[in-house]
Amino acid sequence: MKKFSIEPIFRHGYLMSVVAFTLVPILFTLATSFKYFRDIISGSLTFTPTLVNYQRLFDPSQSNFVRLTFNSLVVAAGTMVIVLVIASLAAYSLSRFRWRPLWSGLLLGTILFIHMLPPVTFLGPFYLIARSLNIYDTVLAVIMGHIILNLPTATWILLDFFAEIPKELEEAAMVDGATHFQSLTRVLLPMIQPGIAAAGALAFIFSWRDFLFSLSLTSTPRGMTIPVGISSFVQEYSIRYGEMAAGAFFAMIPALLLVAFAQRFIIKGLTLGALKG
Amino acid sequence: MRFTTKPSNLSPASSQAVRVNRLGDFIDRTFQYWTIAPLIITLLLLVAYPSIQLIRMSVSEVDIVKGETVWEFVGLKHLETAMQDPVVPVALKNTLVFVIAVVIIETFLALIISLLVSRSKHLVGFYRTVMLIPMLVPPIAIGTMWRLMYDYNYGFINQALALIGISGPTWTADPNLAMPSIILVDLWHWTSFMFLIILAGLESMPQEINEAGRVDGASESQILRYITLPLLRPTLVTAVMLRTIFAFKVFDEIFLLTGGGPGTATEVVSLYIYDVFSKQFRLGYASFLALGLALIISLFVIFYRRIGRRAQG
Repeated sequence: MKKFSIEPIFRHGYLMSVVAFTLVPILFTLATSFKYFRDIISGSLTFTPTLVNYQRLFDPSQSNFVRLTFNSLVVAAGTMVIVLVIASLAAYSLSRFRWRPLWSGLLLGTILFIHMLPPVTFLGPFYLIARSLNIYDTVLAVIMGHIILNLPTATWILLDFFAEIPKELEEAAMVDGATHFQSLTRVLLPMIQPGIAAAGALAFIFSWRDFLFSLSLTSTPRGMTIPVGISSFVQEYSIRYGEMAAGAFFAMIPALLLVAFAQRFIIKGLTLGALKG
Repeated sequence: MRFTTKPSNLSPASSQAVRVNRLGDFIDRTFQYWTIAPLIITLLLLVAYPSIQLIRMSVSEVDIVKGETVWEFVGLKHLETAMQDPVVPVALKNTLVFVIAVVIIETFLALIISLLVSRSKHLVGFYRTVMLIPMLVPPIAIGTMWRLMYDYNYGFINQALALIGISGPTWTADPNLAMPSIILVDLWHWTSFMFLIILAGLESMPQEINEAGRVDGASESQILRYITLPLLRPTLVTAVMLRTIFAFKVFDEIFLLTGGGPGTATEVVSLYIYDVFSKQFRLGYASFLALGLALIISLFVIFYRRIGRRAQG
């Protein structure tokens, strides 16, 4: 018979304090976003909930948040599609064909390296490119930056998924007379759907949450995304706590959805570079 | 699954069909290259070309006059500027303090948390789910949340302190507390990254070894010290190196919480490069500093691959 031990109580007690540390800022922000200004100041635990902060945030006559949300969605969706096309084709090519180690190593090495570089190093050249292509202050300029941001993770996730499919399946299709294109679109891509979902979801989220590229490649609500809007809230109107909180919580929704519904797909992608040398 | 056979086997060989078919065959034989082409083109346009531009910009004065980019070659002038720039050493020092502090504290915390989680049978999924959240929410939202937390009058922390009769400090506006406040936010954001890696390392460990240790009469602390930690070493080395490299990227939270201040108390390299680029609009000098940062990171990456190989081999 196992003897009674208090160790689990301490263990879960400690872990619960970590959970509390993680959740308190989020819950405090959520609560603030539903408070009238007088309740924010009073600091009491009870308050009359209100949607007034969200209403102000999404009222086009008072803020450009609707426009920024639209931009964020276009940028994130556009980045996701472009990155998925490039990354799935490249991952297919690198994993299903024979490449000289020099070439595959050069490509994968470059990808891993740009994943490690601080994005601030790209700012100057990207600014000049956006200027010369006349796309400065448009969503296209932001998408250009986000492709570089997301290509490494997506390629690596999809490489993993392609590598798990046995070669025989593809060979069977070839024997039946399929071209490479047919075997890719009808055999391989359907099989790596979970990988495409994971890579796509991460590309969307990491485009949605990026701040630096949008900040430096746009200057008006024409091309700006949500994070830049929130940051201007914080700087210009340091007293509008309710809207700040509402904006911050709204910006977190995609991440919370992803955590709730797709977490087992994304852990691999988040720890990219750690599980691969 | 059924596949249609190639058209050539069915249709009568009109000359056009043959030509289309030849093209199809050619594409099929070289499919390997067609599928890699988009990646190579993207890397040439968005990595190789910008890299050359970055190097060119770092030895030039670049300005935009009436929509036209004007270049003037200045050689190593930006190096001289950087040597005399009083902010550069401060930003380097702050970055170093920040990187070393967050890497050490996060590794230590994540190690404890993942050891505790790996010993648990219950709630493992719950802990993992909660720990995933900080990695995915927008850093700007993190900055905003902590701004609300740190607020002198209405923030959670000072209101909680007021309940027990302590009047809280100004946190991010206090020169001595600004950097620790930033570090605390980073712990909130990034400890889970280390946790996920270390937990994966712990879970991939063969359980039999621990069991064998236990059968041989080793205490729990001996198992930890002589079995678990040595086996975890490669994972830890990788996690630490990777986190170090990523810590240099820090930007969003500091931009929002302190903007590098008060004074230069939290001015880090990324933030300073952005300021030179965007507020002072000195494109050439900003590019020179960016190139310097990229070189520092490159050294770390090379170092990391060496260490990583040794730890695994």
